Amino acid sequence: MTTSTRGAVKTPAVLVLEDGRIFRGRAYGAVGETFGEAVFSTGMTGYQETLTDPSYHRQVVVMTAPHVGNTGVNDEDPESRRIWVSGYVVRDPARVPSNWRSRRSLDEELERQGVVGISGIDTRALTRHLRERGAMRVGIFSGDAVSGDAELLAKVQDAPQMKGANLSAEVATKETYVVPALGPDGETLPIGTAKLTVAAVDLGIKGMTPQRMAERGIEVHVLPATATADDVYAVNPDGVFFSNGPGDPATADGPVALMRAVLERGTPLFGICFGNQILGRALGFGTYKLKYGHRGINQPVQDRTTGKVEVTAHNHGFAVDAPLDRVSDTPYGRAEVSHVCLNDQVVEGLQLLDRPAFSVQYHPEAAAGPHDAAYLFDRFTSLMNTVPMEGQRA
Amino acid sequence: MPKRTDIQSVLVIGSGPIVIGQAAEFDYSGTQACRVLKAEGLRVILVNSNPATIMTDPEIADATYVEPITPEFVEKIIAKERPDALLPTLGGQTALNTAISLHGNGVLEKYGVELIGANVEAINKGEDRDLFKEVVEAVNAKIGHGESARSVICHSMDDVLKGVDELGGYPVVVRPSFTMGGAGSGFAHNEDELRRIAGQGLTLSPTTEVLLEESILGWKEYELELMRDKNDNVVVVCSIENFDPMGVHTGDSITVAPAMTLTDREYQTLRDVGIAIIREVGVDTGGCNIQFAVDPADGRVIVIEMNPRVSRSSALASKATGFPIAKIAAKLAVGYTLDEIPNDITEKTPASFEPTLDYVVVKAPRFAFEKFPQADSTLTTTMKSVGEAMAIGRNFTEALQKALRSLEKKGSQFTFTGRPGDKYTLLRAAVRPTDGRINTVMQAIRAGATPQEVFDATKIDPWFVDQLFLIKEIADELTAAEKLDPELLAEAKRHGFSDAQIAEIRGLREDVVREVRHALGVRPVYKTVDTCAAEFAAKTPYFYSSYDEETEVAPREKPAVIILGSGPNRIGQGIEFDYSCVHASFALSDAGYETVMVNCNPETVSTDYDTSDRLYFEPLTLEDVLEIVHAESLAGPIAGVVVQLGGQTPLGLSQALKDNGVPVVGTSPEAIHAAEDRGAFGRVLAEAGLPAPKHGTATTFAEAKAIADEIGYPVLVRPSYVLGGRGMEIVYDETRLSAYIEESTEISPSRPVLVDRFLDDAIEIDVDALYDGHELYLGGVMEHIEEAGIHSGDSACALPPITLGGHDIKRLRASTEAIAKGVGVRGLINIQFAMAGDILYVLEANPRASRTVPFTSKATAVPLAKAAARISLGATVAELRAEGLLPATGDGGELPLDAPISVKEAVMPWSRFRDIQGRGVDTVLGPEMRSTGEVMGIDTVFGTAYAKSQAGAYGPLPTKGRAFISVANRDKRSMIFPARELVAHGFELLATSGTAEVLKRNGINATVVRKQSEGEGPNGEKTIVQLIHDGQVDLIVNTPYGTGGRLDGYDIRTAAVARSVPCLTTVQGLAAAVQGIDALHHGGVGVRSLQEHAERLTAARD
Repeated sequence: MTTSTRGAVKTPAVLVLEDGRIFRGRAYGAVGETFGEAVFSTGMTGYQETLTDPSYHRQVVVMTAPHVGNTGVNDEDPESRRIWVSGYVVRDPARVPSNWRSRRSLDEELERQGVVGISGIDTRALTRHLRERGAMRVGIFSGDAVSGDAELLAKVQDAPQMKGANLSAEVATKETYVVPALGPDGETLPIGTAKLTVAAVDLGIKGMTPQRMAERGIEVHVLPATATADDVYAVNPDGVFFSNGPGDPATADGPVALMRAVLERGTPLFGICFGNQILGRALGFGTYKLKYGHRGINQPVQDRTTGKVEVTAHNHGFAVDAPLDRVSDTPYGRAEVSHVCLNDQVVEGLQLLDRPAFSVQYHPEAAAGPHDAAYLFDRFTSLMNTVPMEGQRA
Repeated sequence: MPKRTDIQSVLVIGSGPIVIGQAAEFDYSGTQACRVLKAEGLRVILVNSNPATIMTDPEIADATYVEPITPEFVEKIIAKERPDALLPTLGGQTALNTAISLHGNGVLEKYGVELIGANVEAINKGEDRDLFKEVVEAVNAKIGHGESARSVICHSMDDVLKGVDELGGYPVVVRPSFTMGGAGSGFAHNEDELRRIAGQGLTLSPTTEVLLEESILGWKEYELELMRDKNDNVVVVCSIENFDPMGVHTGDSITVAPAMTLTDREYQTLRDVGIAIIREVGVDTGGCNIQFAVDPADGRVIVIEMNPRVSRSSALASKATGFPIAKIAAKLAVGYTLDEIPNDITEKTPASFEPTLDYVVVKAPRFAFEKFPQADSTLTTTMKSVGEAMAIGRNFTEALQKALRSLEKKGSQFTFTGRPGDKYTLLRAAVRPTDGRINTVMQAIRAGATPQEVFDATKIDPWFVDQLFLIKEIADELTAAEKLDPELLAEAKRHGFSDAQIAEIRGLREDVVREVRHALGVRPVYKTVDTCAAEFAAKTPYFYSSYDEETEVAPREKPAVIILGSGPNRIGQGIEFDYSCVHASFALSDAGYETVMVNCNPETVSTDYDTSDRLYFEPLTLEDVLEIVHAESLAGPIAGVVVQLGGQTPLGLSQALKDNGVPVVGTSPEAIHAAEDRGAFGRVLAEAGLPAPKHGTATTFAEAKAIADEIGYPVLVRPSYVLGGRGMEIVYDETRLSAYIEESTEISPSRPVLVDRFLDDAIEIDVDALYDGHELYLGGVMEHIEEAGIHSGDSACALPPITLGGHDIKRLRASTEAIAKGVGVRGLINIQFAMAGDILYVLEANPRASRTVPFTSKATAVPLAKAAARISLGATVAELRAEGLLPATGDGGELPLDAPISVKEAVMPWSRFRDIQGRGVDTVLGPEMRSTGEVMGIDTVFGTAYAKSQAGAYGPLPTKGRAFISVANRDKRSMIFPARELVAHGFELLATSGTAEVLKRNGINATVVRKQSEGEGPNGEKTIVQLIHDGQVDLIVNTPYGTGGRLDGYDIRTAAVARSVPCLTTVQGLAAAVQGIDALHHGGVGVRSLQEHAERLTAARD
């Protein structure tokens, strides 16, 4: 149902928010209609990583950076096999990409993947609106999809909500695959020869995450979101990893049950983003939806054990509700909030004090974003090295 | 871990006079730092020789020393004040070098002063090329990224010549170590160029060291601004991308923030390298900037250099992001960590984050090549620009076009009418980077150049090139459109087109376009610079305009005063005007107004979002100002717009603003006209019975000749309505007069040329005064050291006047009052007089804040600009006296006898410029202003004050050694006594034969030396120029002869500049220098803070 915008740059497009606010601009990428949750991302670089991050599934992403597409699209930077955002909002799309790695332009790519977007609107006004009123449903309409405002608004209000959405299975791999470990000189090691093996539960995993583990000599078995404890332990893991992913953590009963099974066995465990929320739930904490979430690559997070501040990549609309001021007792021993966002004191990390398990709400794998938190992969690695669990390896 | 408790007092070193490469940005950063430290309860001791700074205002520090920034003087201050710590990273290279000297010579250790904000090891690692290369290698070993350009360190010309072979041939880059603003660096394409540039570089480098490097010309250039705290938290405040690729100094490039053409992976690599470098170098707390070159073909990253201190770029980054680097650096230096410091703008989030921008910032450099016609205008790795403008837009095109019109220079905006010229000629011209190359590129595009052709010629990134094509395509649409419909107009405005540009394209008047635009409802909105792309609410109203949907200007209750700033620094209109604007803002805020600042100069204190209640970072054109006035009038009541403090820029808008119904306060536009228009001003003088030199106005050579014939040569000729003596010249004969009229492009019936009798041998006097309509307050009377004919901005002067008596002051006061009244001044007026014979001539009057206001204010301890702002809004001198803003009795004309003597000396940028043969430019002073900055020397007697001014401006006067004297015939009489004094002080005199003969006849022995034109003697006797180059001359006196003869001393004067030997080009300067040398010989030159001076002055007044 989509057609090209190229060659007809001035195709009008309309963005309609569920509270009735309307922005008029021009079609960008594919022409047609799309719906999702309107969220804004404040990163100034890394649009290609953002677009292909499965956590953005069913979200319409508003870029606060005005110029998008300047470096085109290359074959190395995608974080997954496709673009996941359901719609894309930019102010000034590039007409000509410029980068030595660029293979094609971003609007070609959006169009090729059928992603409906809008350009030329006051993205700052939209961002301020979302900041004040909170993330909400939105529709983008262009070409033949444009009709009367009231009709468009009704369509937006009919679209599904993000709260209560269970989306991991929609974005995760259907089949298990293996990301081989890398040797000291970056060479790929034969499968089965790595010192450490991790079972990574794909709830919407980004490509950089297994990559960061592989760089540390870890062989990563990426399992579908529906994996069971048997599936996980079938790969003889030294550690289990729970990935990022889209949707409401309150719906993720399957992964929570799996996480509890891993905690029971005391296998070293690491979670990122959705994985952090799953750990929160597994420990008995609640999760809640943030007003407008954290999406960007400049967020200050403090590691409460060292006091040091990391500048980190975020993409989360939900957060864990855990006490900051004390150690909590959980079915798996004592737990504490290990990391906190200094902007708003949101929980950004959890760790168990009696078992080898920790997680962070943000993205140490970065992509896009700063590499300040890459040490967490080292922490996971040393956890696996120092806590050899009985019966884990033959 | 908050503030350290073991530090109670801190010495802050400023950056001294404004020079190319070290300008107002250090006043901005230093002022921020002093305020922060003071607010932390520390005793702040400041040294800065530059009176035109806000930081040297007595209320900014606890003890303010306007003394030379030399190790000797700073030691005296340390000995007197005994500070616990020294913060050296906020005063540019000057402060850093001084601190390193004080460390090296043991002074810091002797007095127990701790260096904070930087340690010597880190400074050396950052600044020393060789050590820095090791740093980069260590970083590469750790993280696998970043490398240095291949290079060799050289300490002699032999090393240099060998080095080229090692690097594989030309071209190579030459970079001298430890110089500021890249002074002395450049590209050498062959041995001749290499010998010249490297020879110069070896001389300029305090360690006689230059680095030769492989050429990375044409690569993409980036800069990161980083900050680190004592807990090793590091943030990247801003990324900056240069529009002009490698080969042009960053200060001379058009630059863009944030970086526009990097993928996240590439950006993160730069970030990783940057963070690893700041750690490896060991900058414990504070900021630094790191420059990178990226190969556009494969992304190879080369680390060019780092500055382990606050820099020009950090000022730009602070303004571009809203993250106040200097302020935070000062807090980090006294022990805070980034997460303990709140972000000023959101108030709720901490400073330990990285600003994200939802707009684009473009900085464009402002050059002054027209002042140095001999100078080679090719842009190189040596910075040559004298100022810059910054603009903010929601996209690159908008920001770029705003920046170009902010430059406020004829031809700086893109033009789309007329024939562009030949494509190939234009493309060839675009290969050479120059001021305005971007306009050449635009013309090439108009002439049909393809993106590839533009890239091949300039190596400007294809994305930027496409943006230029986008602008051109919109211009084409504007040209082709049947009528200006709202969509097209809005589109053009969204890409930064000014009403004037649209008018030019459509063949309409600018005001007509504006009316149409307003009628169609196409108006800008104002967005906030908030550090966080709207993620959090901003508390600080720091605005920029954009043609977008939603405005963020909040309503207000209090009446607002809009203060128009002075735009980019240029020669003739610099930091002095910003000083007055900032003072107005402070004074009017105290008086209960809401202050609104408009300016586009990122270097200044006025564009600190803390200075005024609201800041509009906008171009100072009629269109932009009218839109701001409109936006503010919707927000609340407007008490008025102040135009007389920002120099000629706002003054020039005065009438048009009034015509558009804007309430201009202070001196009316009509009164401004009365002072600027020759005829009108002549009538004012005639009515007051005041003499002016005979004069006339002409629009043709015939008219000019008739006037000159009548009043007699020499005549002073100049265009009307200019600042800084632009185009002003002393003409000695008819031939030159004819050529002058021929060459002047700006002469038209509405802009005639002024022809004045030139008063030879006159004493020139500057007066700054306040007038409220009834009462005059004489701010100060300055007597120039150099005679009339040298631009007042380039002349040294003394306050109080050193040779004028009470009777003269009385006459000056009466004349000043008559003119102020006749013109209709409400606020400040500056008048230049010339005393010739016993007649007091009026040269000109400027009904606005002058360049000397800060100097006068500091010398007399009275805030004239503050008083002027208040008078503009209706206060009277009497009221201000009662309030205490002005002294209760007396004024600057009647200073007590034991008042300190202040000397202002101008600082010239000679060493920055070379002609195309690579020779220095001549250093002779003239009626056209060419100084970039000034220093002040203050002491109890003239000689000491003058000696201090010289030490502050050029380095200490010599107290012994060899003095070379060569003067024009007319100066030979006046030379005798000072020459005798030099001998009495133990100097050996050298002179050329003619001068030596005169000296001999007067009983003064001088060794005859060979002129340059005579060449080396038969027995290898060296010429004077050779002697200077060999470092065998300590003082040079060389006055130029008449017109043609002016060139005779050229080689001597340029050699003096190259070797930094004090060179006096007037006999008056010699006489003053002799008094200074005398004072130094008597020893005991002390230091005294402005606060102490003021205390004594106030006591003496009572």
